[in-house]
Amino acid sequence: MSGERPRILYCHCAFAKVVAPEVKTAVLNGLAGADVEFDAVPDLCEMAARGDARLRELATDEPLMIAACYPRAVKWLFAAAGAHLREETVRVWNMRVEPAEAIVAGLTGRAEGAVGTVESPR
Amino acid sequence: MSIAIAVRSQVAIGVGRESGLSAADRARLAQLLLERGLEISCRHTSPHEPSPLDIPNAGAADPVALADRIVQASTAAAGATSGLGSSASGGGSTGGAQWKPWFPVIDYSRCTNCMQCLSFCLFEVYGVSADSKIQVQNQSNCKTDCPACSRVCPEVAIMFPKYRHGPINGEEVKSDDVRREAMKVDISALLGGDVYALLRDRSAKAKSRFSKERDDERALKERQNCLIALKRDLDVPAEVLAALPSPEEILAKAEAARARARAVNPNLKV
Repeated sequence: MSGERPRILYCHCAFAKVVAPEVKTAVLNGLAGADVEFDAVPDLCEMAARGDARLRELATDEPLMIAACYPRAVKWLFAAAGAHLREETVRVWNMRVEPAEAIVAGLTGRAEGAVGTVESPR
Repeated sequence: MSIAIAVRSQVAIGVGRESGLSAADRARLAQLLLERGLEISCRHTSPHEPSPLDIPNAGAADPVALADRIVQASTAAAGATSGLGSSASGGGSTGGAQWKPWFPVIDYSRCTNCMQCLSFCLFEVYGVSADSKIQVQNQSNCKTDCPACSRVCPEVAIMFPKYRHGPINGEEVKSDDVRREAMKVDISALLGGDVYALLRDRSAKAKSRFSKERDDERALKERQNCLIALKRDLDVPAEVLAALPSPEEILAKAEAARARARAVNPNLKV
């Protein structure tokens, strides 16, 4: 990471109701309010199913922080599209279980150790 | 003005005051566009995509009206690019598509290439790669909300990220999960044994009773109860259960898969 600001990717999980709407809204509000650059996609699963080349592009743009669901699922969704996330440079935040405030703080670098300590997706 | 649409339906929104929108409106706009299948890129600088289409006076519009204008412009841009008129709903995205992205995702750090998923799947979702590895090849064939193949995987290697419960939803696999899966390590134990044996046992018991009682209604109810119990225990849609292959069909499918793998790689021992 070496102090470089990570790219932020947000997945809206638009095709299912497994992520609480209030969490998605709070994370989007937090990102918009923090004036940080970020990318947002409707649904990583749908992109993986299509083998979307954007996933490969995103995977190589390191360091990367992803707000989506379970890290194990995200890692292998990218892999399914031929995009390999490097564990040492990617941090996945799980909107299914983690509180929105913690996710926003982590993504925007307000959480202690959020930038520069990227955890493995698995 | 700093909102623009690239031809592949990635909407670029300026960060902060550059967008002319409040933070709350930017978030709302992003949400509306994501729900319509458009990608968002929030950047401090101008959109990096070539030939973006500007939306004039974006800051003056409310998010809902703005989202409508963006979607219209995006659709027109996609139509112009593809030559398909206005039917396109967004570059590479399926925005507005009806298919819920429900398909198995393989955790290759756990998968042992046993092919039980391929043997079991009724819908030809799985295939074998040129190097004889199990692969998900026909995602859209997958039966929405059916996690059956993940339940026959002895290694807990198959995920459905949109499933409700772990570890099928991608949650970390715990030793208890592996132990539980190990109990159904053999597909024949699950299908030829457990499920079919259960069906046979229930059928036999029912027949025994029917021979005494001659009650067709009870027979039907018994079968329905059996399917309900299986649906509840395995969380498999009823129509999938109704179409379960026979043990002979499963063995034939497995052999066909092995033959395909051997055809690709004659040295393969499967």
